[in-house]
Amino acid sequence: MSSAVTRHRWGRPLSRPQRDNRNGLLLTTPTLVVVVLASIIPLILVVVFAFSEIRLVDIPRLGTEPIEWTLDNFRRALGNPSFWQALGTTLLYASLTMIGSVGVGLALALALRRPFRGRGVVRALLLVPYVLPIIAAVTIWQTMLNPQYGLVNAFGREVLGWEQSIGFLNTTTAQVWGIPIPLSLLVVVVFEIWTSAPLSFLFITARLQGVSPSIEEAAALDGANGFQIIGRIVMPQLKGVILLLCLLRFIWTFQSFSEIYLLTEGAGGTQVMALKVYTELVTRADIGSAAAYGLLMSVVLISLLTVYVALSRRKVDVE
Amino acid sequence: MTRRRSSLRPHPAATAGRFVFIALALIFALGPVLYGFLLSLRPFTAIVQEPLNLLPSFGEIDFSAYTTAMLDPDQGGFGLGRFVINSLVVALCTIVLAIVVSILGAYAAARLRYLGRGVVNAIILGVYLFPGIVLSVPLFVLLAKAGLTGSLVGLLLVYVATTVPVAIYMLRNYFQALPESIEEAAIVDGASLWQMLRSVVLPVALPGVVATAVYVFMIAWNEYFYALLFLVQDRALWTAPLGISQLADFSVPVTVLLAGALAVTVPVVVLFFFAQRYLVDGLTAGAEK
Repeated sequence: MSSAVTRHRWGRPLSRPQRDNRNGLLLTTPTLVVVVLASIIPLILVVVFAFSEIRLVDIPRLGTEPIEWTLDNFRRALGNPSFWQALGTTLLYASLTMIGSVGVGLALALALRRPFRGRGVVRALLLVPYVLPIIAAVTIWQTMLNPQYGLVNAFGREVLGWEQSIGFLNTTTAQVWGIPIPLSLLVVVVFEIWTSAPLSFLFITARLQGVSPSIEEAAALDGANGFQIIGRIVMPQLKGVILLLCLLRFIWTFQSFSEIYLLTEGAGGTQVMALKVYTELVTRADIGSAAAYGLLMSVVLISLLTVYVALSRRKVDVE
Repeated sequence: MTRRRSSLRPHPAATAGRFVFIALALIFALGPVLYGFLLSLRPFTAIVQEPLNLLPSFGEIDFSAYTTAMLDPDQGGFGLGRFVINSLVVALCTIVLAIVVSILGAYAAARLRYLGRGVVNAIILGVYLFPGIVLSVPLFVLLAKAGLTGSLVGLLLVYVATTVPVAIYMLRNYFQALPESIEEAAIVDGASLWQMLRSVVLPVALPGVVATAVYVFMIAWNEYFYALLFLVQDRALWTAPLGISQLADFSVPVTVLLAGALAVTVPVVVLFFFAQRYLVDGLTAGAEK
């Protein structure tokens, strides 16, 4: 520790720890105000709301009357089949997106690892779907998939000989060679992968730059083929960033609202938990129920994260 | 038998496969955007009649969809220009407030060993990862009680709150990469904390601050959920994303919607590629390990 001493305004010298303490609290105060007002207090309130009967019309009277505690919001949510369906949809949606987004990002990063002319431009162009505002991406995809004038359906009808247009954004299940698939949900997943894979690509590319080629050269000299080199030497070094990306992508997709709401408004079996929270709050004007849905959603997410952290820690221990 | 190929040179077939993959990725990434752009240049009737004919014929090209989208309704447009201004005001104010708060918080997190630093850092990370949609319920109630849900100010407050954690995270990474000795010297020479931050730290950290500001701008410019929740009833206050999505529910020609959507893309793309290098550093620094 350095013993640098500075003069305090009142002439009392401050040691470095004292100074850091004072300045640290001073500098962190605005952040703490924001966090307490916008996160800590709302977090307490969401629990209070979830355990009480409160609707949008009650807002003006809020705080003037005692709270009536109740478990009804949870009882109704857990007893409602649509809650469990939304939970299942959300889990499927988040898992598929996570796998697709990180997988595509990894493949792209590996494919662009070796330098070639124009690589910088290609990298920049691949980021466009990520940079594009969601509203622009959604408008383009809705047009592309439109049953009347969309490119995909026109191509299907005129070139592939489809008998009729496919409602990509409002078909809960479609039969493909006799197998039922959740069509709209998959479309939304592909959309989400399209917009998010570039970020995975960016992260993995950054990590790849720190992977030294000398071990790979040695392995190649010893006769290892390309797949062995990727699988045994490169991948273990990328494990950390891949696990981190999976975690973040799952968390983000689990709670994503705008993409699905804008694309389908929940039609075609794409009613995810975030849309449920919104519907309870806005359409049904039921604050208590919306809070309960949100809280249950967080409980599921946090338990999944706990399991994930426990598993990955045990794995490290075994190694 | 021929000599083995140089050990690190891949098989020609592998190289060919790699380039086919890259080409497909480029088509998949850029194709839809190009498609949207081409459609925005054509009359709507032409698209309905020939949806597969993508290239507009020479006489067909017209940019009237862009002006129709932007002009006010009393000038025969759809008023998107107004929404863009709303978005711009909110996004710029968000940048100023979020960046000021975050510079202070991030500097403390990066440099100062104060009491409770670990707790504060953990809270900030927790807030960043916690489902934002859950907090939207109480935030809506609180701001409604304060009478701010029908105004851009309410939206601004929410945007500052949601961007501060990620801005702190990015700025902390930039600050940690700076050499500490100059700051130490400035303090020893008697500079106050504010002088030191303003004249020593900020000039060196400027690229990082600009990149973070760009990222905050992108978040605020893109945000849709709170805009929908707070402002959907008041057309005069719609932000650009809310405006375009609401217009889609009226029978606005898709060419106009595409033109509007692409017009709001331009500032983001320009800013992003301008700040790209620093952005990538700040966003990915945490992934190193």
